[in-house]
Amino acid sequence: MTQASVPAQAGVPAQAGAGPMVRAEQVHKSFGSIEVLKGIDLEVRAGEVCCLLGPSGSGKSTFLRCINHLEKINAGRIWVDGDLIGYRERGGKLHEMREKEVAAQRQAIGMVFQRFNLFPHKTALENVTEAPLLVRREKRAEVRDRAVALLERVGLGDKMSNYPSQLSGGQQQRVAIARALAMQPKLMLFDEPTSALDPELVGEVLDVMKDLARDGMTMIVVTHEIGFAREVGDSLVFIDGGVVVEHGNPREVIANPQHDRTKAFLAKVL
Amino acid sequence: MSLDTDSPERARPEPIQAVPVRHPGRWVAVAVIGVLVAMFVHLLVTNEAFNWSFMVDNMFRPPIMAGVRGSIALLVTSMLIGIVLGILLAIMRLSGNPILRGVAWAYTWFFRAVPRLVLAILFGNLGMLWSRIEFGLPFDRQIGALFGVQDFEARLFGFSATDLLTGFVAGMLALGLSEAAYMAEIVRAGIQSVDEGQTEAAQALGMTQGQILRRIVLPQAMRVIVPPTGNETIAMLKDTSLVAFVPVSTELFFQIRAVGSRTFQVFPMLVAATIWYLLLSSVLLVGQYYLERHFARGSGRAGQARARLRGMAVGGGGAAGGAGGV
Repeated sequence: MTQASVPAQAGVPAQAGAGPMVRAEQVHKSFGSIEVLKGIDLEVRAGEVCCLLGPSGSGKSTFLRCINHLEKINAGRIWVDGDLIGYRERGGKLHEMREKEVAAQRQAIGMVFQRFNLFPHKTALENVTEAPLLVRREKRAEVRDRAVALLERVGLGDKMSNYPSQLSGGQQQRVAIARALAMQPKLMLFDEPTSALDPELVGEVLDVMKDLARDGMTMIVVTHEIGFAREVGDSLVFIDGGVVVEHGNPREVIANPQHDRTKAFLAKVL
Repeated sequence: MSLDTDSPERARPEPIQAVPVRHPGRWVAVAVIGVLVAMFVHLLVTNEAFNWSFMVDNMFRPPIMAGVRGSIALLVTSMLIGIVLGILLAIMRLSGNPILRGVAWAYTWFFRAVPRLVLAILFGNLGMLWSRIEFGLPFDRQIGALFGVQDFEARLFGFSATDLLTGFVAGMLALGLSEAAYMAEIVRAGIQSVDEGQTEAAQALGMTQGQILRRIVLPQAMRVIVPPTGNETIAMLKDTSLVAFVPVSTELFFQIRAVGSRTFQVFPMLVAATIWYLLLSSVLLVGQYYLERHFARGSGRAGQARARLRGMAVGGGGAAGGAGGV
């Protein structure tokens, strides 16, 4: 219907000459004395759907949270669309960004959480309109139209005045996706978006994500859904022990894993 | 198998009509309490010291009504100071700035450690420190002396201490500043009760700390903050009686003691004070009930019920879902 007013995705993969959407170089992250990430290198092109797979505790979620600076990295660099995340490089020295600058960088990066994290005191529609109104100070009518279109797109046109506690897990997660899209991000991060859902609700969330992928959205998805990775993913990254163990085409990696650890993991989950 | 139990041939069993368990202890308790209540009523009616007619004649006299108004004014102003300053202190306490954190901690430490009665008397005597309170360049005399100017003064305006620090203001400050220390802890608990994921989700959307606090965290914290704040208000009503020792004359307890000691009818007037505080507390209790009901609305079950009334109910049975993210 109002599909036309849905934000045009940064998609169009053939931005000739443009660098990768995400570039990570030797990313290290420690919590106290425990090193969770031990040098992760990764490149994600614009329009690519990259699936991160790995056993729990392998560091894949932590890496995702580093991309929008929810976690500070201890060494290495991350660029999103050419911008260094969290720091400014001046005269060969890194300067920490101010809180406002970090917040500005995050506007272009949408994130969807395992536990949805919808704002419980706001309706579905208010959840979606909150950030564009508050952060971008956009016009109320425009934001509202866009939010309605987004909620219709994720199949929740009839649930707009419901509070999160009145929605099922799958519906909440779809509102969360719409909320992230309302900021018109160039990159979407998904942190195990279906892990907290009842099995029969997983499909509806995956369908929305597939739709997004078809639209050309750049997506990094931490998931245990092998089927989704195989069907929608452009690349698959297997992380274990804080390092990238294997990286390649999802269908090839799943059918014919090269590394013993990948084989062992896939044998357990398939 | 399940079909069997549903089959129509099986008659519905008779409703259970068992002999209930007896509770002889309850009857003993009723008897004991009955005797005690009778003794108490007997005391109230027969003991001359109560002097009921004198109490009723005097408890609504103009100076006492002025005292009631004074106590309520003190309650409202000191709670306002307490709540506003308390929120500020809680935010300071949770901030990343170690100096603000330290200041908030020290403030809370001081005002929670010193009894309110002592604080009230202390503030009442602050006038002994200064005869005038003036605003301007700090250390102006010392700076003047440094440059060889005698009696250099750079002051903008000032008040006589007795004008500024009236008994009422001293009592209000003592109660309000001490209340802020307790409110800070209540607000801090409320803020910390909000799920960390709420802040993360808001950060991921590009909100700044101030926006997150104002729009996301504090509204959710209110449900935790309001009930203990109601208790604090009722406690504050009672604590306004402490400022009788500042001394503040436009205050209920001061006025009641004044009447009592002037007429040598101390006990009836103490009973009058008891009744007045009971009355005012009960009014606040009713207020607290409505306030809590208001803040429970819009979130959780109450909000759900309201939305259902509006006919926007969830279609299928998928409306389950606990209080998400709370």
